Amino acid sequence: MLDQKEIVSEVKVIVFRLKDEEYGVEVNQVKSIEKLEHITRVPRTPQFVKGVINLRGVVTPIIDLRNRFGLEESLYSESTRIIIVAVGEVEVGLIVDAANDVIDIPVNAIEPPPEVVGGVEAAYLRGVAKLDKRLLILLNLDKVLSTEEIKQLDSIEG
Amino acid sequence: MDMNQYLDMFIEEAKEHLQAINANLLLLESDPGNIGHVKEIFRSAHTLKGMSATMGFEDMANLTHEAENVLDLIRNQKLTITSDIMDVIFQSVDLIESMVIDITEGGDGSADVSVPVKKLRAIVAGDFSAEQEVAAAAVAEEEAVEAEKAEGTPAQEHDLDDYALMVLEQSKELGNNVVWIQVTLNENCLLKAARAYMVFDQLESMGEIIKTKPSVEDIENERFELSFELAYVTMQSVEKVRSAILNISEIQDVTIEPIQLKKQAPPAPAVAETAAPAEEKKAPSNAQATPAKKTTAGGKTIRVDIDRLDILMNLFSELVIDRGRLEQLAREIGNGELQETVEHMNRISGDLQNIILTMRMVPVEQVFNRFPRMIRDLQKELHKKVNLEIIGAETELDRTVIDEIGDPLNHLLRNSLDHGIESPEDRKRAGKPEEGTIVLRAFHSGNHVFIEVKDDGAGINKEKVLKKAIERGIVNPANADSMSDKQIHELLFAAGFSTAEVVSDISGRGVGLDVVKSKIESLGGSVSVESVRGQGTTFLIQLPLTLSIISAMLVQVNDEKYAVPLSSIIETAVFKKDQIMMAHRQKVIDFRGRVVPLVSLQDIFQVPDNGAEKDDDVSVVIVRKGEKMAGLVVDSFIGQQEIVLKSLGKYLVNVFAISGATILGDGQVALIIDCNALIK
Repeated sequence: MLDQKEIVSEVKVIVFRLKDEEYGVEVNQVKSIEKLEHITRVPRTPQFVKGVINLRGVVTPIIDLRNRFGLEESLYSESTRIIIVAVGEVEVGLIVDAANDVIDIPVNAIEPPPEVVGGVEAAYLRGVAKLDKRLLILLNLDKVLSTEEIKQLDSIEG
Repeated sequence: MDMNQYLDMFIEEAKEHLQAINANLLLLESDPGNIGHVKEIFRSAHTLKGMSATMGFEDMANLTHEAENVLDLIRNQKLTITSDIMDVIFQSVDLIESMVIDITEGGDGSADVSVPVKKLRAIVAGDFSAEQEVAAAAVAEEEAVEAEKAEGTPAQEHDLDDYALMVLEQSKELGNNVVWIQVTLNENCLLKAARAYMVFDQLESMGEIIKTKPSVEDIENERFELSFELAYVTMQSVEKVRSAILNISEIQDVTIEPIQLKKQAPPAPAVAETAAPAEEKKAPSNAQATPAKKTTAGGKTIRVDIDRLDILMNLFSELVIDRGRLEQLAREIGNGELQETVEHMNRISGDLQNIILTMRMVPVEQVFNRFPRMIRDLQKELHKKVNLEIIGAETELDRTVIDEIGDPLNHLLRNSLDHGIESPEDRKRAGKPEEGTIVLRAFHSGNHVFIEVKDDGAGINKEKVLKKAIERGIVNPANADSMSDKQIHELLFAAGFSTAEVVSDISGRGVGLDVVKSKIESLGGSVSVESVRGQGTTFLIQLPLTLSIISAMLVQVNDEKYAVPLSSIIETAVFKKDQIMMAHRQKVIDFRGRVVPLVSLQDIFQVPDNGAEKDDDVSVVIVRKGEKMAGLVVDSFIGQQEIVLKSLGKYLVNVFAISGATILGDGQVALIIDCNALIK
């Protein structure tokens, strides 16, 4: 355990699971966690955009994070969740395998990401937090949700 | 009294009146004999003067006052309009406009008005020598104003300042009673300010309070003894006014005496003399002028914050979604009474929807109105002759779009005048009429409003454009030869491009048409240009109506549902498979004698196959974009429905052929097809 004095500041993160890894996004970027519901496919969008859902009257785009990170897709199950995140004016739902924990991470436990973690490009990561026996990968949502990339992909595909 | 709460209203109204003045001035210029225009201008100027004086913008009040004097002479046909006079009036209006802008930006609206004031006075005094007394009056008045300025205190009996006197005079001319009222309150009166307010209220219902003593502010703060006095103008009889005031409780006494304007204006005796005969002369004509004024004020409006309308709209959208849901439920349950009620609710909410939508719509006239004036000034500056033709000013657009579209249009018009229309000499040489024409046209088409700026000028010089684009590094010289005319024309909208040889003050200013383009695109519209060398250039702006609720046809493609806006549908039809023909490897059908290409939504949208058997019938939605048509092949028609337009959010931008989404009765999202993108 860390000594009380060492804890300078903490970040609260929502922990979710993708494949075998645990990831975290800061709580203040998360608006809600939803169960999987009917997704309306939006044609001619990148593979990882699964479509849009009706989130209490707001049409919200949904991204499959596995696909976004180039991990193999799996069938959705009972534990599959949609984490609704907001970065700036962009509001997007992320499909994850499970979301079940909220924890505080001391800032000084966060280390810069190694080149490749579980196949996810380092650019999408903010860092890796080592907590006890857990390894938590913190996402850089700005990068994950960058629309630049969508536009680029668009021009490649189109 | 805190004037801030009225400031917004003042600015709005001042702008409206300036607009009206400008419009009428232009009409007057083309039709100088028509006194009706002068009357309109006079009316607006008069209101403007009153408003600005009330708000304490003295320079503005002064200037409008002087302008009004000139207008008055014109109105009474004692002065004929010359282009010099028009110019001076235009200048004054400009100055007032700049003051309003200053006030809008938080300034105090002060400006140096001495030059136009002097000019206006010169018109009144100089050009009007035939009728000595009025000239004398003007001079005398001028002296009075100057004297007042020097001393800073008005010297009249009732402390009436120059402005108030002038108002009183005019009112008297209009056949009103001009009186000085002294109201004394009961000694036991507790809420003196409230009583005073009731008196004011009563009086204002019958006439106009010109001035109070002590000031309104003091009276409101109860900084007065038992009595207060006021200068009052009314059409009612003195007795009626008296009894009206006495009807208010806790009023001790009221004295009403007419104000003797002759005596009160000793420095300007001539004014009174002219005023007296003028009174008789004008009385009949003004009898009709006064009610006319009332009717314009009678069109009752209230100003509502656009944000509130937005909120109303959003709430209503939610209601529409629930309405769809209810309809569906009622159908499923099949209870007659329930269905009847839902139907009734449908009708009511339909009406409600119409009202809410139209509440947000304003005619483009609001924006177009200011252009004739701008073109007039600009052509003088550029020594060109142009006739601006405005068509379709009554076309309505959403308020938010109206607010934003002014600048881009202004820019395009300036561009047409500066770069498009040639000088009169050049035009003559080219065998065109000396006067160029710029047509500003607005019209509805489908889901969009189009605004066209068309000139009959020189057209776009392709070589010059291309040369410049290469110089600026916008175009790679290697590609230059292969560019189509259209592509070259589009270069005008490229960032950092300006075709003017010399960056002129008119359309240069460092901003190019790229700004216009980005502005219009930010409104969800688009702009294109067409040009024929020697014949002219046309800029076409396409804007969405931004209606948040539209009628649409829901269609099914395999397991997916899509909405097609009704505005782009011509009709729906069912064809047999063998009616489909091939032309240039493109499936087409014969639709009422026209060959219409078919677009398979399943292919275009890569809809996953659900393995269902397709029968021999092909359901087609015939859609159009302008003159062009296309047939969208779907599996089945679900039906027509009112849908609420929702954006796909900031993350999914520019999705091909999808203009937005909507939420259906069952809570699912359906995408709205942008037919324009599907028709090439």
